[in-house]
Amino acid sequence: MFSLEGLTTATQDWLLIKFNPTIALAMECVIVILLSITLFALLGLVLVLMERKVAARIQIRLGPNRVGPGGIFQTAADTLKLIMKEGLTPDHADKFLFNLAPFVVMMVAMLLLAPIAFAKNFQIWDINIGVLYISAISSLSVIGILMAGWASNNKYSLLGAMRSGAQIVSYELSAGFAVLTIVVLTGSLQISEIVAAQENGWWLFKGHIPVIIAFVLYIIAVTAETNRAPFDLAEAESELTAGFHTEYSGMKFALFFLAEYINIFIVCAIGATLFLGGWMPLHIGHWEGFNHIMDYIPSSIWFMGKTFFLIFIIMWFRWTFPRLRVDQLLNLEWKYLLPISLFNLLLVTIVAIMGWHF
Amino acid sequence: MYNQTEIIKDTTALGPEGELVINMGPQHPATHGVLHLVVTLNGETIKKIEPHLGYIHRSIEKMCESLTYRQFIYVTSRMDYLSSHINNTACALLIEKGMQIEVPERAQYVRVILNELTRIASHELWIGAMAMDLGAFTPFFYAFREREMITDIMEDTCGARLTMNYIVPGGLMYDIHPEFQNKVKAFIKQFKEKVVEYEDLVTNNVIFQSRTVGVGILSAQDAISFGCTGPVARASGVRCDIRKIAPYDVYDKVEFDEVIETAGDSFARYMVRIKEMNQSIRIIEQLIDSIPEGEFVGKTKNVLKLPKGEFYQRVETARGEFGVYIVSEGGTTPHRIKFRSPGFSNLSALSHMAEGSKIGDLMATMGTLDLVIPDIDR
Repeated sequence: MFSLEGLTTATQDWLLIKFNPTIALAMECVIVILLSITLFALLGLVLVLMERKVAARIQIRLGPNRVGPGGIFQTAADTLKLIMKEGLTPDHADKFLFNLAPFVVMMVAMLLLAPIAFAKNFQIWDINIGVLYISAISSLSVIGILMAGWASNNKYSLLGAMRSGAQIVSYELSAGFAVLTIVVLTGSLQISEIVAAQENGWWLFKGHIPVIIAFVLYIIAVTAETNRAPFDLAEAESELTAGFHTEYSGMKFALFFLAEYINIFIVCAIGATLFLGGWMPLHIGHWEGFNHIMDYIPSSIWFMGKTFFLIFIIMWFRWTFPRLRVDQLLNLEWKYLLPISLFNLLLVTIVAIMGWHF
Repeated sequence: MYNQTEIIKDTTALGPEGELVINMGPQHPATHGVLHLVVTLNGETIKKIEPHLGYIHRSIEKMCESLTYRQFIYVTSRMDYLSSHINNTACALLIEKGMQIEVPERAQYVRVILNELTRIASHELWIGAMAMDLGAFTPFFYAFREREMITDIMEDTCGARLTMNYIVPGGLMYDIHPEFQNKVKAFIKQFKEKVVEYEDLVTNNVIFQSRTVGVGILSAQDAISFGCTGPVARASGVRCDIRKIAPYDVYDKVEFDEVIETAGDSFARYMVRIKEMNQSIRIIEQLIDSIPEGEFVGKTKNVLKLPKGEFYQRVETARGEFGVYIVSEGGTTPHRIKFRSPGFSNLSALSHMAEGSKIGDLMATMGTLDLVIPDIDR
């Protein structure tokens, strides 16, 4: 079936036959880089269109429907416009940092792509500390945002960046603890092993209530970490015009915009991997027939389906809730989410030690 | 003059205690127009707010002095463009009072219905804009769905959707549209069904409540001292509905409650407006079936001349008390004209309400003041 497994091994075998191992590795790197850049561009186009369509559906309107059938080329046209626009640099900005910031944010998003398992045996880098790597790299994006806010020499940008800094640093804790619950249950930091452990049931179903709590905490925390409404204080349109990217225009703005959507994709992909079994199909106990049918659906579709489901939930949040205030945001994290996460981790540890999970 | 560097240095200079001065507006998404707030911040906390006006000053009062009593009414539609009917009514009422013109019952009924529809339309737009200030985009579209029905009714009846110019001294410019009553009834039906959605989406939303309850508190005492009127004052427990205090047209014949809340915070102001919409519906329901037949405009002279003297008429717009003051020398144009706009007084309370709160609270407070900048600046 449409499994991508054969594709990777076939490519590698072919390269090893044709070239010596060093050149083959180098060529694999190039292929991977090209593929991930393509994926980025595609994801950006798809997710922006999806956001606009979801928003339109929620807001009883049609959304983009002029460019191409059903408006599917709207984002492509928008991207073209952004590429052709002049990328202004404000007069008194720190030019080096100002121009560097969007690339830092983008690089972080790209690095996070490495350990994600897109399908069965289709993973760029199955590092043995995958989860730790993700937690470590995802916290770097705050540097890019602070850089942008500071270098713009704009008060709105500065306020936005400071808010973003406080927010990302706080919510990383909750997200980290939620991820740790799965690490405790699996006993491994490696993404492939976490996925393999969910062969006969996803952690969301196997891990009782503590994992469900962890899942909810994870969704809340990553919504905040990606600066999405109701936690979009860093760019709070009605308060700070556009927050940290007020001064950016053209392609530099597009990079921030793209990075936001890629980040959403990545956190949702990680959420799907940890809690919803990654590319594992849905299996229910001893329903052999049902399980067999589920196996026929390719693993890449399972992975993308789960990821896009989570993305939809996060978009749903955005178009339903008003924005929190900055002190309420920090209160929510430090007074509620963090204590709950800590206690929940304790519960999960007990569950794991006693072997109470399925 | 200045060189560029100096200007930039000046605007980024820090205050004596590390204060940060931000120019919010005249172009800013939350000021809904060209309001310019000079906000002094200490971190996220607001230390001082100074509103700067004048960006949309069109000198309407002076302009009115060179227009005849029939003409100047149309300029007032451009002031508070969300209650243009009500502004027009105020001017028409003043001239009718000054010249003792009889207004036919039919015209009075239609005026009240249109005024209440205008009030609902204004509050609908306000809900959307305010929710947007708080970061929720969706209520805007829900509110506009109902507002669209009202603007359609206005278009049928008056030929315009925003600046109606339908009310003239002595009555109405022309008779109502034959479908008017049916369309209004259809609107009432839809409104009653859909207003529940606002409750679900906005009123009962935990985040919305945490953003508005206890934010931007204005005591009844302060509301009176700042001269606040309309929903802003009523949310602080001040009875100030002109429709009750000094009824005009047929407001004394209909039953409705003056909506009073006592908390004085942003949520109370929100609730006052939501309940006011229901009261407006109640007024329209009482009148819509009993619009009397007959003339739609009373007998007036071709050239209107107010007798020598001073005249004042006040009405209740969607934002509060709107007053027209005219000094007449007996000519065909007013000698001096002054409008008392509700937005100006309400804005003056903003600094008092928002000082010491966060930037996010400023948006909640400013949003519930329901400012229309052309109304403030004239």
